[in-house]
Amino acid sequence: MSTNHRHHGSHGARALADPELRVRALESLLTEKGLVDPAALDAITDFYENRVGPRNGARVVARAWTDHEFKGRLLRNADAAIAELGFEGSQGEHMTVVENTPEVHNMVVCTLCSCYPWPTLGLPPVWYKSPSYRSRAVAEPRGVLEEFGVRLPEDVEVRVWDSTAEMRYLVLPRRPAGTEGMSEAALAALVTRDAMIGVDLVRAPDAE
Amino acid sequence: MNGVHDLGGMHGFPELGYERDEPVFHHEWERRCFALNFAADSLGRWNLDMWRHAAERMDPHEYLNTSYYEHWLHAMETLLVEHGLLTREELEARLAGDLTPVAPAPGQPAALAAAEVEAALLHGEPAARDVERPARFRPGDRVRTVNMHPEGHTRLPRYARAKRGIVRDEHGVHLFPDRRATGHNDAVERLYGVEFSARELWSDDAPPRDTVRLDLWDSYLEPA
Repeated sequence: MSTNHRHHGSHGARALADPELRVRALESLLTEKGLVDPAALDAITDFYENRVGPRNGARVVARAWTDHEFKGRLLRNADAAIAELGFEGSQGEHMTVVENTPEVHNMVVCTLCSCYPWPTLGLPPVWYKSPSYRSRAVAEPRGVLEEFGVRLPEDVEVRVWDSTAEMRYLVLPRRPAGTEGMSEAALAALVTRDAMIGVDLVRAPDAE
Repeated sequence: MNGVHDLGGMHGFPELGYERDEPVFHHEWERRCFALNFAADSLGRWNLDMWRHAAERMDPHEYLNTSYYEHWLHAMETLLVEHGLLTREELEARLAGDLTPVAPAPGQPAALAAAEVEAALLHGEPAARDVERPARFRPGDRVRTVNMHPEGHTRLPRYARAKRGIVRDEHGVHLFPDRRATGHNDAVERLYGVEFSARELWSDDAPPRDTVRLDLWDSYLEPA
């Protein structure tokens, strides 16, 4: 592609316009045309700001840690098991839960765009969508893990899941030692979004 | 296409820039852009793979210089214009401050109503299809990915082309993005989970036990 296109084409000029102005222009045009109902826009953002988020995924993890049969169902057929808790929908149509063990550490990325399990984790954080994470997670996952303060022995397999299709991955982190007596709700409070992406470990409350 | 969106294995990007207690949206325009995209997609004039390809067709300089929701904004503008729901002139006029009301496009679809949103979000768009396609591979089979450089959309990243792997999972028959991106809405192929050793992908400098899993369609794979 020539640099001329960039500087003289309408495409380049358009891209220089402030995204805030462009979004406002589009919303007013689409509303006038009857292609968009502004109340529907509010309902969509309300859903993703208030109904879904990593607390959903944390409930799945805590249930798996405390209910052996649920964990078995979750690892065999994640869609059905997660549906038991009601966390279904867009970008979670085909779920797989991958379990961290002493031998395998799982980590999830989408190198081509930003695929992420919305019903259980909500919308992805900026770093997950960044060129930095997308470029490095597959090629040097241990370097990325070190940025999160996680160092794993070389005899642990780091298994990176690149979300190239509509399969969506949720990591089942290892339950930390010293949490044996804790309730499901208290355990869920320990589970972080980053641990369910596989870039962090879940830590016991006194291990901070 | 061999675009800059295909980032796996590229060097030189900075540290991740982790933000604690990050909000779902950082700006009101991001919030509206997200919702507008969902509403525009549900008009049914294009599919998810066409949407992804529209984002990938962004000028590569701009792609790397703009934020995530600007990619979404670009994809939505591109598709609205290409599918005749909005003209470039209408958009440019409104951006220039011209508030002359615009008319509906002939035969345009009905807007997603607020009352329909929750059901649409909870249902999603499953990509699996209950149709028969012969299974060429089984878990444990050794495969090699094809070496291809299509100008259109594909979900076989460059770093995983012409590489040897092992089939680990069978996902059944799924919609096939490479053909869906050109408007073949019902194109399907078998989908497999394939394991690659980090050393196969990144040379013997990689840790010996580490692996990468990709979900790959039948035509990306050959027996090895």
